[in-house]
Amino acid sequence: MSTGQVIKRAKYKASVKDPGTPGVLKLTEEKFVFRPNDPTSNKKLEVEFKLIQSHKHTKEGSNKPPWLNLVHSQGSYIFELESFPDLNVCRELVGIALALNKSGEAPPAISEEQLSPAEMALRIKLLQEDSKLQKLHKELVASGKLTESEFWATRKKLLDKDESRKLKQQIGFKNSMIFDTKPMSDGRTNQVKFSLTPEIKNQIFALKPAVHQAFLKFVPSKMTEKDFWNKYFRAEYLHSTKNAVAAAAEAAEDEDLAVFLKDDEILEKEARKKVRRVDPTLDMEADQGDDYTHLPDHGIFRDGSKEVSEAQNQLYRRTLLQDLNRQGAVVLEGRNLDTETEHLKSVAEVLARTRQAESDVDIEQERRNRLSRMTQIEDLQAQDDNHFTPLCIKDPREYFDSQQANAVKTLDDSQAGMDQSRCNLSSEEAYGSLRASISKIKTMGLSDPLVDPEIALKVHTGLTKNISSTKYHLGKNSKESVLDILPNTTKDQLLDHWVCSQELLRHFWSSYPITTPNLNTKVSRLKDSISQMYSKLEEIKVTARSDLRHQLSLIVHPMQQVLDAALLHYDADKRKRNAKGQKPNGYV
Amino acid sequence: MKFQIEDVTVYFPYDNIYPEQYAYMLELKRALDARGHCLLEMPTGTGKTIALLSLITSYTLSKPQNPVKLIYCTRTVHEMEKTLAELKSLHNYQLQHLGPSAKILAVGLSSRKNLCVNPTVLSASNRDSVDAGCRKLTASWVRALAAENPRIQTCQFFEQYERAGSAAVLPPGVYTLQDLRAFGKEKGWCPYFLARHMVQFANVVVYSYQYLLDPKVAGIISKEMQRESVVVFDEAHNIDNVCIEALSVSVRRQTIEGARRNLSKMNQEIDKFKATDAGRLRAEYNRLVEGLALRGDLPATDNWLSNPALPDDILKEAVPGNIRRAEHFLHVLRRLVQYLEGRLETENVEKESPVAFATSVLNHAGIDQKTLKFCYDRLHSLMMTLEITDTDEFLHVQTICDFATLLGTYARGFSIIIEPFDERMPHIPDPVLQLCCHDASLAIKPVFDRFQSVVITSGTLSPIDLYPRLLNFNPVVSRSFTMSLTRDCICPMVLTRGSDQLPVSTKFDMRSDLGVVRNYGRMLLEMASVVPDGIVCFFVSYSYMDGIVNSWNENGILMDIMQHKLVFIETQDVVETTLALDNYRKACDCGRGAIFFSVARGKVAEGIDFDRHYGRLVIMFGVPFQYTLSKILLARLEYLRDTFQIKEGDFLTFDALRQAAQCVGRVIRSKADYGMMIFADKRYSRHDKRSKLPGWILSHLHDAHLNLSTDMALHIAREFLRKMAQPYDKTGGSGKKTLLSQEDLEKMLEGNMNDILY
Repeated sequence: MSTGQVIKRAKYKASVKDPGTPGVLKLTEEKFVFRPNDPTSNKKLEVEFKLIQSHKHTKEGSNKPPWLNLVHSQGSYIFELESFPDLNVCRELVGIALALNKSGEAPPAISEEQLSPAEMALRIKLLQEDSKLQKLHKELVASGKLTESEFWATRKKLLDKDESRKLKQQIGFKNSMIFDTKPMSDGRTNQVKFSLTPEIKNQIFALKPAVHQAFLKFVPSKMTEKDFWNKYFRAEYLHSTKNAVAAAAEAAEDEDLAVFLKDDEILEKEARKKVRRVDPTLDMEADQGDDYTHLPDHGIFRDGSKEVSEAQNQLYRRTLLQDLNRQGAVVLEGRNLDTETEHLKSVAEVLARTRQAESDVDIEQERRNRLSRMTQIEDLQAQDDNHFTPLCIKDPREYFDSQQANAVKTLDDSQAGMDQSRCNLSSEEAYGSLRASISKIKTMGLSDPLVDPEIALKVHTGLTKNISSTKYHLGKNSKESVLDILPNTTKDQLLDHWVCSQELLRHFWSSYPITTPNLNTKVSRLKDSISQMYSKLEEIKVTARSDLRHQLSLIVHPMQQVLDAALLHYDADKRKRNAKGQKPNGYV
Repeated sequence: MKFQIEDVTVYFPYDNIYPEQYAYMLELKRALDARGHCLLEMPTGTGKTIALLSLITSYTLSKPQNPVKLIYCTRTVHEMEKTLAELKSLHNYQLQHLGPSAKILAVGLSSRKNLCVNPTVLSASNRDSVDAGCRKLTASWVRALAAENPRIQTCQFFEQYERAGSAAVLPPGVYTLQDLRAFGKEKGWCPYFLARHMVQFANVVVYSYQYLLDPKVAGIISKEMQRESVVVFDEAHNIDNVCIEALSVSVRRQTIEGARRNLSKMNQEIDKFKATDAGRLRAEYNRLVEGLALRGDLPATDNWLSNPALPDDILKEAVPGNIRRAEHFLHVLRRLVQYLEGRLETENVEKESPVAFATSVLNHAGIDQKTLKFCYDRLHSLMMTLEITDTDEFLHVQTICDFATLLGTYARGFSIIIEPFDERMPHIPDPVLQLCCHDASLAIKPVFDRFQSVVITSGTLSPIDLYPRLLNFNPVVSRSFTMSLTRDCICPMVLTRGSDQLPVSTKFDMRSDLGVVRNYGRMLLEMASVVPDGIVCFFVSYSYMDGIVNSWNENGILMDIMQHKLVFIETQDVVETTLALDNYRKACDCGRGAIFFSVARGKVAEGIDFDRHYGRLVIMFGVPFQYTLSKILLARLEYLRDTFQIKEGDFLTFDALRQAAQCVGRVIRSKADYGMMIFADKRYSRHDKRSKLPGWILSHLHDAHLNLSTDMALHIAREFLRKMAQPYDKTGGSGKKTLLSQEDLEKMLEGNMNDILY
C-alpha cells in the first residue's frame, strides 16, 4: 500500500454487541477518520494513530465477520468491514501506521547514521536482554572508544538471526499425502468426519488450483465453507472408489461436484507451459512428435507391453500416480506465500506467481547451458590445479600442518605486507635448500639433540612450575579456579577488562592493513584505549593484596602480552609508514 | 588432445582419454578402412558417443579426397540433442586446432512438430495436426491459389524460404533443433524445409532411427543419401524391435469406421471434381498408365508419409487397370474394408500367413495380390489429385492401404493374427487384426545394402553373436569391450530375499503376494534412508507398478518412503512424465533427494540418463520378461525357432536381460561416477539368467552378492557409499592405467599397447 491512504465502507461499533453504525472509514498513515452515512449521527471519529496501542482482527475462516479492532488506552474502536480482502488492506496500512508512530517514541538515535526503527528496536532489545553486552556497550561506545556502528558490525550475527527467523526461512509443505486425509468414523453411523486444519486446506489449495479457484468463487456467495468441503470430500471419495462410471454419473448431476472430478485445467495449462522450458535432454514430448512408426494403428499393437485402459470416462479418472507427481512438484516448489495472505489472494494473483516474467531468451540460454553441462564428461577434462587443500583426512597430521601453514602465512601477510613476495619460494629454490640441508646432515650427522637442551629445560620448568604451583595452592578440586580466590571486586574488574580488551583487540586487528584514512584514525583511537587498558591492568596488579599478587600476575600476564603484541605491531607499522617515501600498494 | 590412430590424426576434445575409447576408435577405424559393417559393445559411461564422433570426423578430415558422410541415428529426440551438443564441443575444438578447414555442417532433423516456427501451425496439439496444418499452408496447389487470391493464407516462413531459392543455405556449423529454429526465426526461413534440404549436403546428419528404418519416412527423407556414408545406430540393443515395429500394422473397429468415413468423403470430392474439373481426373488416369515413377519430382511440401513397404520391393510398373479410375479404386477399398470388418467379427483367435490371407481376400473380395500392393501409392496419388490437405483426417484409410500394400508385398516373415479381445481383459470385446512382422532383417536390409559402413553400437549387445543372426548381416568387426575401472564404482547386487528371509520375485504366481509386495516396499524404504540424492526404480510393467504403488500406499509404506524422499512416477502421459523427470532432477539438484518410479520397457528406460547424483541406486524390481501369452510374441518366437534356430526360452531371457541391463546401465556416466544396482528377484541368482547380463556388470558381481536379503544389501550399500565418498587417484595409480593423458598415450603407442589395452 504505497498510496498511504485507504477508504473503505465499514460499520463502527462502540462495543462487540453494538449493531454498528454504517459509514466510511478513511485511513492514512497518521490518523483514521470515520464518517457515518447518517450525517446527523454523533459517531464521528478522528483519531491519530499515536493514541492507538495495538490492533486486532478476526481471522478468515472463523465464523466471525471481518472486524478490525484498534485498541487505545481506554478501550477500543471496532470496525466491521464488508469483506476480508478489505480487512486485509486496512490491516496492512494500520500496521505500517502504528510502526511509524511507535518508532517516533524510540530513544533518539545515538549514531550519526540513519537506522530503520525496526533495527534500532532490535538493538535496544538485544542490549536489554544481555546485561553484559549492555555493559560493554556502555564502556566502549559511550566513552567514544568505538562508534555505534563499529560496535554492532562485529555482532551482525546477533542482528541477523532475529530477522531471518522471522522472514527468510519459510516452512515448506510436508511431503505427506494430503490426498487421503483420513476420515474419522464414530463407528455407529455411516458418517465420517474430517478434521481440517488451515495447514491442510492450504496444501489442498496448492495441490489443486482448481479447488482453490472454486473455493474463491463459491464461498461464501454460493455455499458455505462446510458445504464446500463436504462436496470436495465426496468427490475425493468417488475417486478413491476408482469407479469412473459412478463419478461421471455424479458429475453429470451436480455441476459443482464436477469441478472436483474433472482434470484440473489450470494444471494442464501450467504443464504445457512448463514443458516448453524443460531440459531438452529430458523432453520426451518432442520425442513423441518425431515418432512416425507409432502412428495410430501402426507398430505392434497388442504384444502386452502396452497397457489397456478403458477409453470412456477418461475425463474422470485421476490416478494415484498423478497425485504423487503433483505432490512432489508442489513440495519442491515450496510455499511462496505466507499462510495468512494466501486466502485473500485472488486467483489471478495465484496464477500470476507462476508466470514469473522470465524472458524467452533467458530460458533458451538456460536450456543450452544445461545441455552442455549434461554432455561434459568431467573426469576426462584436465584437472585444474586446485588452490585449496581437498578435505581428505587420510593423514590428519598433513591436513592440520597445511592449515597451520596457511595461518602462518596470513600472519605474515599482515605483519610484513611488503616482504610478502619474498615468501613465495619457487619450488626449485625450496628443493635446493632442502637438498643443501640434507647433504649437510649427511656430512655432519644429526646434531644429536634436535632441540637445545637448555631451551627445552627452560620451557619444561616454566610449564611445570606454573601448573604445579597453581595446583598446590588450590588443592585438588579442579572446579575451583584461580579467579575464585580473588576478591569479588577484583574479579569482576578483571573479567570486564578481559572482555573489553578482547573487543578492542578484535577491532584493532581487523583494521589491518590500513587502507583508508578512516581506518587510520580508528587504529590510533584504539591504540590509545589499548594503552589505557594496559595501565589499568598494571594498576590491578599493583594494588592487589600481596598474597594474591603472584596469582594475579599470572592471570594478567597473558592479557598484557596480547595487548603488548598489538602495541608493538602498531609501532612497527607506523615506523614502516613514516620511514619509506614510496608507499607500497594498499597503504594510505 | 590430438593423437594418431594408424594414418588418421584424431582430434579429441578432452585432455584425457579412457583406454577403452582408444580401443573403440581403433576398431571403428579398421571397420571404416575395410568398408564393412561393425558391431561394437562398450559399457555405458565410457564415452562412446564422443569417441565415435571424434573418430569419424577426424577420419573425414584426414582423407579429404573421399569424405565420408556420417548419418547418426538415435532412438529419441533428446538423445539427438545430446549428440549434437557433444558434436558442437568437438567441432569447436577442431576449429581451434585446424582453423577453418575443419568446418563441417551438421544438422539434426526432426518432424515439423519439433522444428516449425509458425505460431499458428504450432498451436495444434499433436504431431499429425501440425503436419496437416503445415500442408494447409504450403501445399503446391494452395500456394498456386494464393498467388491468385491474396486472401488465402500461406506460411510466411515457407514463402520466404522459397523466395530465397538456392541462396537459402545453412552456413557451416553444428545445428541442434533449437539452433535450427533460432536460425529460421532470424532469417524468416522455414527451418523444417531448410533442414530437409540441407540433409543432402551436410557432413553429419543426426536423426531418429525411423528416418532410415521405417520405409514410410525413409522413402521421403533418406532416399538421396550417398553410398559413401557411415551409418551409426547408437543405443542399438533394441534395433530388432524397431525394425519389426516399422513393418507392422493393425486394424481395429475404429479404423474400419474411420476408413468408411474417409471413403465417403473422398467419394463426394470425386463427384465434385467430376462436375467441375473432370480433366484433372483424366490426367491422373493417364499418369497412372505410365507407372508410379512420378514420385520423384513432387514438390517437397506435397510429400507425406511414403509407401510402407521397402522401395526395392515396389515394382516400377504401371498401376493395375482395375484401380486406375478413381471410383473403381474406391470400390476396391470399400470391398477390402468390408472384408476386413467381416474378419474382425471372430470368436476365436486366428493366425494366418500373409499368403493364405491374400488368397482369401482374392476369393471373398475379389482383390488380387498385385492390386493390394499398389493400394498405398494409388491412394497417395488420389489424395493429391483431390487436393486433400487435412491428411490427419485421413489416417484411417491410409492405415488400410498400408495394410494392403504390406500384405501384397511380403509373403514371408509376417503373420496375420486376429484377436477378438485382449487376453487380460476378456470381458471387453476389442477385436483387432494385426499384420505383424517377425523378421527384423527385412527393414534393415536396404540400409546394409545401400551404405558402405553401418555401425551398430550400444552398452548392451550381449550375446554379441546373436545380433548378426537377428539382423542377417556379416560384420567385419564384432567386439565387446570391458570396462577398466579405477575403483569399483559400480556395485551390482542380486537381492533374493526380503527382510523376513522369504524369497521375492515378480513371477506370475508370486507378484500379487502381499508378503512380496511388503518386502519390496521395506527394501525401498530402507534404501531410501541410506542412499543420498536420487534413486531410480524400474518395474516390469505399468500395471504392475500401478498395483504395487497402490498397495504401498494402502499399507503406509509409501508414506514412510516419502518422509525420506520425494516420489515421482512415469505415467503414460508424456507431458506429465517429462515434468516429473524435470522435477526429479530439480529435487536431486537441490539436495532434497527423490525416487523415480519407471517401467522397464517404457519411454524413460529407453533414453533418459540417471547419471551422477541423479541416480546413486537403481533397483530393478523383477525380471522384465515380455508378456509371454501375447500371440504376436508366440508367433515371433516360432518364426525365430524355424528360421534362425533360436530357442524360445533363450530369446525370452536374452530379451529380458538386455532390458534389465539397459535399465541399470543408465546410472554410470563416467569412471568418476558411481552407483549401485540391485536386481531384486530370486530368479537373477540362477546362472542361466545371470549369465546373459553384459560382461561389464558380471565382472563386478561378486559371488558374495548373489543371494542377498534386505539387511545384507543394506549393509553392503552403506559400506559401498562410504568407500565411494573417499577421494581417489583418477588415473588408476600404480596398476593398469584407466585414464590416459597425452603423454601416457604417446608412450603407449611407442611401446606395446596391447599390454595396456587387453
